[in-house]
Formats: sequence, C-alpha cells, structure tokens
Amino acid sequence: MARRLPPVDVVLVGFGWTASIIAQELTDAGVQVLALERGAWRDTVPDFATDHIQDELRYAVRKQIFESPERETMTFRNNTSQTALPMRHLGSFLPAAGVGGAGVHWNGQCWRFLPQDFVIRTHTEQRYGKGFIPADMNLQDWGVTYEELEPHYDRFEYLCGVSGQAGNVGGQLVAGGNPFEGARARGYPLPPLERCASTVLFDKAAREVGFKPFPCPAANASRPYRNPLGVQMGQCTYCGYCEWFGCGNYSKASPQTTILPVLLKKDNFRFKTHCAVTRVNTDNTGKRATGVTYVDVDGNEWEQPAQMVVLCAFAHHNVHLLLVSKIGQPYDPVSNTGVVGRNYAYQITSSVDVFQKERLNPFMGAGALGQAVDEFNGDNFDHGPQGFVGGGYIALWNTGGRPILQHYLPEKAPKWGAGWKKAMHENYLTACSIATHGSVMSYRSSYLDLDPTWRDAYGNPLLRLTFDFQPNELKMSGFLTDKAAQIGRAIPGATVHEKKRGGPYSIVPYQTTHNTGGAVMGNDPKTSVVNRYLQSWDVPNLWVMGSSVFPQNAGYNPTGTVGALTYWSAAAMKRYLKNPGPLVTT
Amino acid sequence: MSAARLFGFGCLLALLAVCAACSHDRDEAAPSTVKLGERMSPGPWGQISRGRYLVRAGDCAACHTAEGGAPFAGDRAIPTPFGTIYSSNITPDPDTGIGRWTDEDFYRAMHEGIDREGDHLYPAFPYPWYTRLSRDDVLAIKAYLDTLTPVRQAHRPDELPWPLDQRGVMAVWNGMYFDAGTFQPDPKRSPQWNRGAYLVKGLGHCGACHSDKNFAGATDKDDPLTGGFAENAFAPSLAGGTRDGLGSWPEQDIVQYLGTGRNGRTSAAGPMAEVVEDSTQYLSKPDLQAIAVYLKSLPARKDSAVASVDKDTLDRGAALYVDNCEGCHLKQGQGEPGAFPPLRQSSAVQAKSADTLINVILNGSRIPRTAAEPTGLAMQGFADHLDDAQIADLTTYIRNAWGNRGEAVDAGHVEDLRKSLRQSPGG
Repeated sequence: MARRLPPVDVVLVGFGWTASIIAQELTDAGVQVLALERGAWRDTVPDFATDHIQDELRYAVRKQIFESPERETMTFRNNTSQTALPMRHLGSFLPAAGVGGAGVHWNGQCWRFLPQDFVIRTHTEQRYGKGFIPADMNLQDWGVTYEELEPHYDRFEYLCGVSGQAGNVGGQLVAGGNPFEGARARGYPLPPLERCASTVLFDKAAREVGFKPFPCPAANASRPYRNPLGVQMGQCTYCGYCEWFGCGNYSKASPQTTILPVLLKKDNFRFKTHCAVTRVNTDNTGKRATGVTYVDVDGNEWEQPAQMVVLCAFAHHNVHLLLVSKIGQPYDPVSNTGVVGRNYAYQITSSVDVFQKERLNPFMGAGALGQAVDEFNGDNFDHGPQGFVGGGYIALWNTGGRPILQHYLPEKAPKWGAGWKKAMHENYLTACSIATHGSVMSYRSSYLDLDPTWRDAYGNPLLRLTFDFQPNELKMSGFLTDKAAQIGRAIPGATVHEKKRGGPYSIVPYQTTHNTGGAVMGNDPKTSVVNRYLQSWDVPNLWVMGSSVFPQNAGYNPTGTVGALTYWSAAAMKRYLKNPGPLVTT
Repeated sequence: MSAARLFGFGCLLALLAVCAACSHDRDEAAPSTVKLGERMSPGPWGQISRGRYLVRAGDCAACHTAEGGAPFAGDRAIPTPFGTIYSSNITPDPDTGIGRWTDEDFYRAMHEGIDREGDHLYPAFPYPWYTRLSRDDVLAIKAYLDTLTPVRQAHRPDELPWPLDQRGVMAVWNGMYFDAGTFQPDPKRSPQWNRGAYLVKGLGHCGACHSDKNFAGATDKDDPLTGGFAENAFAPSLAGGTRDGLGSWPEQDIVQYLGTGRNGRTSAAGPMAEVVEDSTQYLSKPDLQAIAVYLKSLPARKDSAVASVDKDTLDRGAALYVDNCEGCHLKQGQGEPGAFPPLRQSSAVQAKSADTLINVILNGSRIPRTAAEPTGLAMQGFADHLDDAQIADLTTYIRNAWGNRGEAVDAGHVEDLRKSLRQSPGG
C-alpha cells in the first residue's frame, strides 16, 4: 500500500524543461510546487564539467545520460499485423532521465513553427482543397495560433539566450534572416554564432541555387548572456559536444543554466529525484485528479496528494501515464475514435554527404551551429504539383566532429581496416553533410496504446508504439533530399552522396528524438486530450505539457514550440488558480 | 566546504614568554562623536532587526552553524594550525547555549574574549576584532540571538595538544597580542570612512584572513590587511598595491564584489565565496560604500620585485592553459565579463602567495549565489586531471602571462597543498 504524504498545491511529473518553466511561473504566483523526477540530480559542475564531458564513448556510444530501458521502455511494431516487441536498447530516439530532462542533452536548435503549421488543416483545405488530404491522415489544427504564441516564443528565446538573425520583425523582412518565419516582436537576444567553414560553403552554394540561407537559431550563447531571470550564461566555446552531452561551459540553454539558480532558492518549490510516478490518481467521479502515486529508489510506493497535477515527462511517458491511469478514452484505430494515444507522429530525416577539397575543421562545432534554407518547409512552396502535405528545412549543421560517430566517408570506402583508415584520413577534415528535417503527419495507423504482453519494472503494461513512414512522408523527404543534393552539387569540386530515407521505419538506428502526439491539443474533445490551454478535457485539474500535445509534427525541431506552449499554458494556469474549472467549455 | 574563519592562537613558544600582563581596556576613552551602527528606530523590534543585520555582517553563522546543523547551534569544526576547535552553541538554550548569559556576560565575551565561566576563549573566535564593537551593537546582537529557537547541542571538546588545551595559556597570548578597546573614530576622517573602518576592523574581522599572522597565530595590531593565509588559501591584500592589492579598483568594484560575489575583475573563490554568500551580500549599499572608502584609503605599498621565470616553464604552462582553461578564461586571460572571471590583471592571481590560485585549480570553485546574482557559475577541480608539476607550471604561467607578475610555484608546494587539502576536515 502506498503511504500517503502531506498534500501540495501542484505536483509536476518530471523535472525537465516544461516542469522548470511551470514551477518558476506557478511559484511566482504563490503556490507550493513539488516536482517528482525519476532520474538523478545533475548540475554543470560536477556532472558536465569540461574535464570529462567530452567523452564520446561514455556519453554518445554508451548513452550515459539517457533513460535506461531495463526500467522503462516501450514495445514497437510497424503496423497492426505485427507483434510488438520491447526495445531493450535505445535506438531511433533518446529520452532523458534526470533533472533537466532532454534539455540537458539537446543540441539547442531552437525554432519557431510557421504560422500555417498551427492551422494546417484549414490552410491546406483552403489552398489545395479537401481532397488533397489523404483519407487516413488525421490532420488537425492546434487550437492555438502563431500570433497567440508569439509572446511566449519570445519569452522562451530570451530565457535561453538564443543566438540568431531575425528574418521578420513586426512584418518587416530583415536581410540575412529567414524570410519565411512568422512575424516576431523583436530580434533574437544574441547575434548568430560565428560561422564555420562548412556553413560558409553551404551558404554560398544555396545562394547560387537561388535560395535564401540564414543562420539557424541556436540556444548556444554566442556571447556571455544574462537572461530576464538574472541567470548568467557563458559564451559557447564551439567544443562540438552538445547533442547527447551536458554543456560544461554554461553556454547551452538548459533548465540548469537558465532557471534552476532562481527556482531552487524559492521556499515554495521542492523537488525529489529517483521518484518514478506510476499513476495519476482520480477521485470516484474520475473528473478530478487527487494527486499521483510514485515509487522511490528503494521500491517504496508513496501517494502524493495535490490540488493540481501537471504531466511534464517525455512525450511517450505522458501518454503512458494517462493510459495506465485510465484518464480519457484510449484511441481505437479501427473506428478512429478515442483520443489518448491518437495522432502519434515523428519526423523524417535524410542527408546528403558532400566530399570536397577545402579544409573545414569540423571539430569546431556547436549543437545549433548551422545555416539553413526554408524554401521547402511548411507551406512555403506550392504543394499542388508535388502531391504531398508537409515539408522541412534543409541545413548544414556543424554540430561537431566527434571521432566515433561524426565523420562522413564516401560510399565505397571500406568499413574497417587500412582502407577505412585511409578514407578517414583523406576525408575527416574536408567532408560535410547537408541534413533535411521533415514533418510527419498523423495517421490512423500511427498511435500509442498499452502492450497486452510486456510490463515495466513497476508492473505497468509497456507503452506500445505502432508507427511507419507513410507514402506522403517518403515522397516529401525524397523531394527535400533532392533539393539538398542540388545545393551540395553547387559546392565547388563536390561529389555528393544522397542518403534518402526509405521505408519501413526502423526504430534501431538513431534518427531524432522528436516524438510527438498521443495527448494532443485542440478545440474538439473528440479529437484531442487537452484543450487549447493544455488542460485535460476530462480532468480539469490535470494538465499535459510537451510535444505529446502536438496534433502532428512540423518540419522543425520541437523545443522552441514546447517552450512557447509551456509559457502559454502557464499563463492559463494562473487564471485557473484564481477560478479553478475548465477554461474551455464544451 | 572547509570550515570558516581563521586561525590560531598561542603556541608553546608563547608560553615561554614572561609577560602575563593584562589587556588594556580603553573603553573609558573619550566618547565617540561619530554615530556608529545602523540608524534604526529604537525599541526592541529595532534592536532585534539591527542585531540580525549585525550577525550577518559578522558572519557568525559561518563558524557557529555546522554543515547540515541547526543554525547557530555550533559544533562546526574549525581547523587551526594548532588543532581542531569546535564552535560553540549560541542559541538561547539554557544548558548548552547562551540562554543563561546576561548582557554583561555576552559583552565580556565579545569585548575581552572571556566566557561566562570566566575562562579565556580561543581567538579562533575573533574577539581581537569584535572588541572594537560598540556596546549598543553587541547588545543588539545578543537581542537577536535571544530570539532564536533554543537548540540543545553540547560543546564538543576541542582537539588541542597540551598545553594549549589549558585556556589559561590565552591570558599570556592576550597579554602579548591583544588590546581590548572599542573602536575610536578618527575625527579627521569622514563619518563614512569611520563607518567603513568600524566594519572592517570590527564585525567584518577582515584582517583575520587578510592580515599576516605570526608564529602564534596573532595578527599585527595595526591590522594592515596586506594579505594572509587562511584555510589553504591566501586572502589577497586589500591594501593599495596596484598589482596584488585593490589599488586599481574603483570603489564601485569593491561594492559590487561584496554585494554580488563578482565584478568585471574577478569573482569570489574559496572561503571568500562563503563570506559573500552568508554575510556581505546582506550589507546595505551605504555600508558597502563605506567599506570601499576605508579600504581605498589604506596606504599603497610598492609592488614587490618578482624573479623572472624561465621560458620552458612558461611554454609548458601556456600549453596547459590552452587545453584546460582557455575555453572560459579566453586567450588573453580576459575572462568573460558577466560570466567567467578574468585572470589578467587579477590581484588574487598575482598575490604574494599563489595558494588561492592553486587551491582553485586543484579543487575548483563556485561563484557565490547571491540575491542579486543567483547563478553559482562553477569551475571543476583539476586535482585528478593534472599532476603537481603541471599545476605548478600552469600556475606560474597564469601568474606571468598577459602582463601579470607573480613568483613562480614549484611542484613540491603543490604537493603540500594537495596533501593538506585532503587532510582538512570537510575539504
């Protein structure tokens, strides 16, 4: 039996980006907040200190700072005709465990989605007609608009000290920035990162082809920075160890480097580590959350009563908790009814490796050091002749030149031995790669539910993921890859190797950690789990944060939008606290 | 974190000294014409809140609160060159604290270093500085301490060798090194200067670390603040040297440093980080300003000559600097204003002794977290990463690069510091 603890006002499940923002905002509003984190406490020093963090074998290969599948994992299948099997190693995506969540190990690629992304159904129908949308695609509007989110994007970017070049300030296009971006109230807080040789090559080639390249927005501080909370960040050293590593220089935005120094001083905030939440508890009406149950590191079970529960875990875990807690109607793909687990989406990536002669020194990198073109993202181009929905950016990222996993060799190079060494010697300093980063829409056949067979360390059924790349996405990705190759070929003396993404989706090789959906937001309780403020339709004192609320995935990295939605939701929570109840009535 | 303030007291040699003279009390001297202390409203509330302010100004918690222990209940180990002393319980517990102490008992302890039972206290308790406090201030401190929750925490016996464990020895020490006496304002100086001097030489007990100590652990009665050793670190000179003192610091930089733990020149490290976090950040702007005015008035000293350093050492040090330090402190040692402290032109880096620098390289450091500047930017230690010779080369390089000047460091000294850091309780 779970032992009951004294109640708190608000309990947060997880202590990463979204929990840190919610905690900061709600403690400012005067309520008492407790965050429960399944992983460990971590801080820049000693955990990410520069005397040991740049260890590719330990962190990237042996995956030191991610969740461990022996405690929690998921089962996977491509479609309902297969039997899902558990993932015993992390693969295609890497959820974090520990304070700061994936905010510790991300690259810092901090984008805004396009205005049309939030109204994609309406926009697509208007421009291309209803018939343009495949019948099995659960395309839907978000219930929130870009204009509503703009101030919240701004807050997140200023919190993080994003380095970048604005392309559209108040409707006025600004040279050098992304001409396709939605209007922003003001520029980025910091100037773009320094260019590196490969992004200069890309920039020149993309212009030659006729595109408008711009520096990617980076939550890697290009200058020393003090954010609006008064927290200080150091200048990026271009060490090239962002993704899958913590930052040792206080340069990459994370909860630790932007919020925690202020939050942890507050008397009305507490957090506990090594506490895995296993249930959201509800009263006998099922309409009110009474708190959560968690298991501590010794295996003891505790009940933590709370007035309000906010799910701030990784996308999958939020959905899993809703399912095992029996909150909301689980999705049924056959009838396309029910909501929890509905509209899971991912992203589709591909690359074009470029072999040329100029020396590039790839080891001088940063997680979000890149140059991109946005001509083929969202609806920035005419989809009519292409016959697919969605798009993505094309970018040359120079995240680093780590010796084990970050090098590009010609297709015919041997995979081992003296031939491999020779190829490595000849190409390490001169090869680079252009990436495409494409949207994935939601389909009836892509969803999350509970596995009938496999259970986790706490006795809960594992989450089951059913997902495959659909023809729409493969077509879109192929189109993007061709455009990327076009840029690659414009680099002087370049040989390109086009690496298109083919189906079926494999969960084994790493692709991206941008999983979305399963607890999506919207204006219709029949097709969404939470309302436009991220408040549960069924249980109004329960809220869901993070990318699990995305109705489908856009062509950008999600963290900027996750941050903006969190601030947007926090503002709504403050209204809710004054007058608890559903913020949207049906 | 290693324990707090200073230092020592008598030693065997002191015992041999003949003098057993009593301290001279100058309390009876002419009354002050300068108003001292915080200008707070009279009455118990004003007195208590003034006491709370003064307790912070004196950083009493640093010694009287053990790590993880109840506030002001004592039992913190204070390492001294002579043995370990345990701080006393100053909560108002009648049996183990100061619950039965009268105002007079308390004043005598602060003013003369003698406790309620009439025993001499060891000057690890900085009564040589506290003696300068006005009676009003001492009683305000007592009034505040009386409001604390009484905590039962008996005094742990000090670990001192004979004959230092005999408190009577301290009468000899006092005779040689201690004059009781309230601060006497200098009428030729401004009230602001006098306020600063009162805080620095009194409650602030800055000289406990920042002044040199003799073999008996005693500070020169003039309290010159020209730098001194404290807890494996060297507290740099606060006097007017331009290289290793505060000569080139404008007053505003001193105010910012004490108020926030950092400024454009440096950041607090080692024991001083604790002092800023627990004490100086709470001082009022006028008080910080007054301290700055006083410190800036200290006489400038000529920078000492430094022997030149051989090129091989500098080359080795420079290579180590690139690999280990340059990411944050940058190529020219300029640091990142607003984040990481510069090393170029740093008085702490160029101090007479390199111990603070070596200590930071070995153990790392965290900039204090203050209300004004909440970020505890930290540097990891390199004790497991660099050997003694490398740390010596690196330290020598940093002390002599970009126009810096400082005596070279040898590997044997790093080895000694590494050992003593390992041995220090809580270190």
